[in-house]
Amino acid sequence: MTIYVLRKLAFFVGAVLVASLAIFLLIRGAGGNVAAIVLGKDATADAINALAHTYGLDRPLPVQYVDWIMNMLSGDLGQSFRTKESVADLVTDRLSVSVPLALSGLLLGLIIAIPVGTYAARNVGRPSGALLALLSQIGVAVPVFWAGILLSVLFGVRLGWLPTGGWTDWTADPVGAVRSLVLPVLSLGLIMAAVLIRYIRSAVLDVMNQDYVRTARAVGMTRTQALLQVGLRNALLPIVTIVGLQIAELIGGTVIIEMVFSLPGLSRMILANVAAREVIVVQSTVMLIIVFVIFVNFVVDLLYGILDPRIRNSA
Amino acid sequence: MSAPANALEVRDLVVTNGEVAAVRGVSFTIPAGGRMGLVGESGSGKSMTALALMGLLPMGWGAQGSVLHDGVDLVTQSDRALSSRRGRTLSMVFQDPLSSLNPVRRVGDQIAWVIRRHTGVDRREAERQTLDLVRQMKLPRPEQIVRAYPHEISGGQRQRIMIAMALACYPQLIIADEPTTALDVTVQKQVLRLLNAAVKERNSALLMITHDLPIIAAMCDSVAVMYAGRIVEMGPVGEVFRTPRHHYTRGLLESQPTMDNIALDGSSRLVSIPGMVPPLHDLPAGCAFHPRCPAASERCRSAMPELDGRGRAAACWHPAAAAVEAAP
Repeated sequence: MTIYVLRKLAFFVGAVLVASLAIFLLIRGAGGNVAAIVLGKDATADAINALAHTYGLDRPLPVQYVDWIMNMLSGDLGQSFRTKESVADLVTDRLSVSVPLALSGLLLGLIIAIPVGTYAARNVGRPSGALLALLSQIGVAVPVFWAGILLSVLFGVRLGWLPTGGWTDWTADPVGAVRSLVLPVLSLGLIMAAVLIRYIRSAVLDVMNQDYVRTARAVGMTRTQALLQVGLRNALLPIVTIVGLQIAELIGGTVIIEMVFSLPGLSRMILANVAAREVIVVQSTVMLIIVFVIFVNFVVDLLYGILDPRIRNSA
Repeated sequence: MSAPANALEVRDLVVTNGEVAAVRGVSFTIPAGGRMGLVGESGSGKSMTALALMGLLPMGWGAQGSVLHDGVDLVTQSDRALSSRRGRTLSMVFQDPLSSLNPVRRVGDQIAWVIRRHTGVDRREAERQTLDLVRQMKLPRPEQIVRAYPHEISGGQRQRIMIAMALACYPQLIIADEPTTALDVTVQKQVLRLLNAAVKERNSALLMITHDLPIIAAMCDSVAVMYAGRIVEMGPVGEVFRTPRHHYTRGLLESQPTMDNIALDGSSRLVSIPGMVPPLHDLPAGCAFHPRCPAASERCRSAMPELDGRGRAAACWHPAAAAVEAAP
C-alpha cells in the first residue's frame, strides 16, 4: 500500500507541475503583453512599461514562472491590478459560498442517488424500477438553471418561504446564509442525483450478476442482504469514480447556479475577472482549481486502494 | 431430531422463464448420505436444476414442481426462509472459485460469516472454527490463508476455501457444480479427494454435477443423465456405466477419452456424438435426442418416451440394454 500511495503522490505532483506550466504558457505565452492587456487599447507605451516594470512583467518568462510557483508555494497568489486586493483573500471570501454550495449539493445528490439507484437496480424489469429510470432520465435532461428558476418561482415567489436569490454573509447572519443556500443546493443536488442514479443503478446491476453475489446467497444471505452487504460494497469502486468526476465538474459547474441565485461564488468571480482582464487573478485562481481537481483524483486513487485489495497489491 | 430418510426428493421439476424451459420435468431422489451424479453436455439443464434446488435461479426464471428437503418443499419457500437453510441444511460449491468469492473480503472472514450466520456463535468462536476448517482443508499456513484475499491464493486453495464455506455448518446436502472444471488437472484430484473426505465425515448427501464421467464413477453411487432438460437415464453408477440403455448415455461413455482411444498419430478412434445439443427454443418433437440417435425410428420423432422405471430407468423407445449386457 505504501508503494501505491507514493506512486500516486508522485503522479499528483507531476500532474500539478505540468498543469501549472500549461496555464502559465497559455495565459502568458499565447496571451501577449500582460500589462497591455490590463491597461486596454488606449494605454500609452510609457504606462504599459511602467506597469510591467512594477509587477516584474518585463523579466524573462522562465524567471516569472519560477517566481510565480515559489510565491504560490509560500501562499502568495498575487494581487489584483485594479483593487490591489490579494488573490488569496478574494478566493477565500468566495469559497465561503462555493464550498458549502458544492459540497451540500453533492451530499444531497448522493443521499438521494445511492438508495434510489440501488432500489432501481433491485427492481429492474418491474414498473417501479422503470419509473425511476425514466424520472432520472428526465432529471438528466433538465438544465440546472431551469430547475433553479422553477424552484425559485415556487418557494421564493409563490410560497415566499425562501429568498429568490442574493446572499447574506455567514458572519453577519448565519441563518440568512443558510437560507440563501437552500434553493441553490436543492437545484444542484436534484440534478446531480439524477445523473448519479443512473451510474449507481448500472454499477449495482453489474455487480448483482456477479458469481460472488450468488455465492453470498448460497451460504445464507437473503437477496437484499447480498445486494447491500456484498453488491453495494463492490459497486463502490465505480461509484467513487463517478463521484470524483462530479466533484471536479462542480467546481466550475456552479457558475450557472450562482448566476440564477445571484450568489457571490468562485465561478462568478473568475468570470468577472476574465472580463476585467485581471490576468494574475485568473491565472492563480484557475491554477488553484486545477490543483484541487488533481487532488480529488489523487484521493479517488487512494480510495481505490482502500476499497479494492487487488488494486492495492498490483501497484 | 430424527433424520429424514431422504436428503432430497425432486418431483416434476420444471424451470422456465415463461418462453422456454431449461428443465422439463425432472424427478429424482437422493437418500440421506447418498451420492448422486448429474451428467450431461453444456445446456442440458444440469446447472439450472442445481440453481432451482437452491432457490438461486437467475432473474426472470422460475421453478415449478416440488423439491422436498428436510421436511419442507423448497419451491414454495420465501427467499428469507430459504436463506436460513442455504449454507446450513443445503449448500453449494460453484465452478469458478475466483469469481465466486467476494474479491474485497478476506477469505477467513467469508467463512466466519457463514458460521456466525447459522450458529450464532461470537466472533472469536467463529474465527476459531474457521481456522479449524481451513486446517481440515489441508491448506498450508492456515493462519496466513484466512487473512488473504481471494486473488492472493491459488485456484486450488480458493476452491478449498469455497468447500470449507459450503461445508462449515455440516449441511445434509451438498451440491457441487463442476467443482474442479476451472482447476489445473494436477490439483483436481486433490480437491476431489478433499471434498470426498469432507462429505463423508459430515455424512452429507452429495449431488455432483459434471460432464466428467470418471469423477462420477469414483465419487457417486447413483447417476442421472440429462439431455435437453430431461433425465434420459438413471440408476446405480456401475450399472448405468457398464450397461447403458439410452443411446445418449452410450455416446457419452464412448466419447470419453482413454489411453486406448486417443491415438497421438492422428488415427484417433475416439467417437463423438454427431450433431449438437438442440437450442431450448427449438427442441425437436418426440424424443429430443432423435436427430442425433443411431437407433431413431418414426416413433421417436413423434412421441416423447418416459422413464421406464424408478430405480434403474431409461427414457428410450429402443433401449440398448440387452445387446450390451450380453457382452462379456
